[in-house]
Amino acid sequence: MSTAMTKVVQSSRTSRIAGLVAIVLILALLSAAGWADRGTLSLLMEFFCYLALAEMWNLLAGFAGIVSLGQQAFLGLGGYALFFAALRLGWNPLEAFLLAGVAGAIIAVPSALVVFRLHGAYLAIGTWVLAEVLRLIFSEVPSLGAGSGISLPVKFAKSVHLGGMHRDAVLYLAALALALITILASYLLLRSQRGLALTAIRDNELGARSSGVRIFSVKLMVFAATGLGTGFTGALLYLAKLRISPLAAFDVNWTSYMIFMVVIGGVGTLEGPIVGTLVYFILRQYLADLGSWYLIILGVVAVTVMLRLPMGIWGTVARKYDISLFPTRRRVLFDQDKPTTPGVAASSAETTA
Amino acid sequence: MEVLRIENLKKSFGAIKVADAVNLSIAKGEAVGIIGPNGAGKTSLFNLISGNLAPDAGKIYLLGKDVTAMGAEMRCRAGIGRTYQIPQPFSGMTVFENCLVAATSGAGKSERASYDNCAEVLREMHLLAKANVLAGSLTLLERKALEVARALCSEPRVLLLDEIAGGLTTAEASELVETLRGVHTRGVAIVWIEHIVHALVAVVNRLVVIDFGAKVMEGDPAEVMASAEVKRIYMGMEAHDAA
Repeated sequence: MSTAMTKVVQSSRTSRIAGLVAIVLILALLSAAGWADRGTLSLLMEFFCYLALAEMWNLLAGFAGIVSLGQQAFLGLGGYALFFAALRLGWNPLEAFLLAGVAGAIIAVPSALVVFRLHGAYLAIGTWVLAEVLRLIFSEVPSLGAGSGISLPVKFAKSVHLGGMHRDAVLYLAALALALITILASYLLLRSQRGLALTAIRDNELGARSSGVRIFSVKLMVFAATGLGTGFTGALLYLAKLRISPLAAFDVNWTSYMIFMVVIGGVGTLEGPIVGTLVYFILRQYLADLGSWYLIILGVVAVTVMLRLPMGIWGTVARKYDISLFPTRRRVLFDQDKPTTPGVAASSAETTA
Repeated sequence: MEVLRIENLKKSFGAIKVADAVNLSIAKGEAVGIIGPNGAGKTSLFNLISGNLAPDAGKIYLLGKDVTAMGAEMRCRAGIGRTYQIPQPFSGMTVFENCLVAATSGAGKSERASYDNCAEVLREMHLLAKANVLAGSLTLLERKALEVARALCSEPRVLLLDEIAGGLTTAEASELVETLRGVHTRGVAIVWIEHIVHALVAVVNRLVVIDFGAKVMEGDPAEVMASAEVKRIYMGMEAHDAA
């Protein structure tokens, strides 16, 4: 094995089939902007926003080990940045939307310097406190409606259009793009060299540190990137709602739902949050009319999954059948004829040429 | 050539001194064993050298460069590799990927450029057949071997081995010792903490005895093991199991 002979692959047959299915599915979802009714589009928009949020929380907690309870800080900030740009700066929706994401990323960096000094449960509380501080600050800004919140003018809402498409269709496409970009970016990140370091942190921070992984910079990168994405999502959600208030925008329940979706689906996998978001929306669609019982059922589902399937629904399925729709794992391809690798050919079922 | 130099290193936890003015010099290609009773400060010394613990006083030089202020990840990048007494594998990653992490982050090579070296190290550590297996499913011996393999993939100038033979059967320990002899011949300086002294003396050229955080003695392994002082503090005054 002294020459450049070691061949490594990162795909599998399942993943290639999944790729084809994904393309068909994405085309179908894109076409929905043309034929689905407004109610469906609005529901789908929300679904993809939640999916993006879940994927980002998964990247944070499932990979970088940052169990944040304060992602609503970036979501609320994104929403408020949009409203500020629209109402006070007179920017158009696209400009306002871009500002929202950037605001999320910018505030993430100084926040990280503070909260990364904390670990585990303390970090979780620290991020929550950060969100509460932002909520209190925005409650004191009269030009943004202070504690009671503020609405977007109808004119601004109507200016959201794209080639004759209605606002709901545009927002839906934006949410779909946001979710797809989040998943694709996470996937490409995890497949990359930096992904190796990130996955190492997920598995063993002490070992990663001793292997030369720059823990702080990797975590900071993830925290800032998820700040950016969560800011965008917040802007989109509040562009659809047309009204924002500190209590709603910086509500810890935003993060609770992210956690629910990720934990149910399977933390530390890219597929898990997709499954989790589907489960959450199905439960919500069918049970939301039950009032308090809906929340009780959500709680029971969460507890049951955590106890019975600690790796989540996808995590359990993936382990049992050894499948991965987003293969990030590197497999060494062995040359069975090489005499210098004794025992290899006989030992491994994965010895596929 | 001196690879690692430790000057007057001090560290206390309250009243307990885990490093009491320790001086140590490791030359290129040297293999040094560290022995001492439980709680003597051996692992703490490793934690100080690898940057997991900050010293109260003293300096650590790697290849003449002061690394005392560096964190653990930067020391690994600078050339200090280490293993842990309890292996710390990346359980959800394959054996090969475990090595790739160290090669890319620790040795600073590109992923593709490190494939061959990682495969070579795994072959040397008898783990190549397990390259595609998740590290979490390895046996203890394999985990210990992976711990060494991963540290080697970061291309260290000095390798700190913390009780790498502990918990293994005699046969397994000898197998590991043979492998480590091979590592040693590659020119990597080794500092090795071990309770299984016969495994240690089979590889090292110098033995350092530590007690209460202080260096008590150092020198030729046979002479050190035969000294009355070592028998007293380390062997509980009994000489029969010193070999």
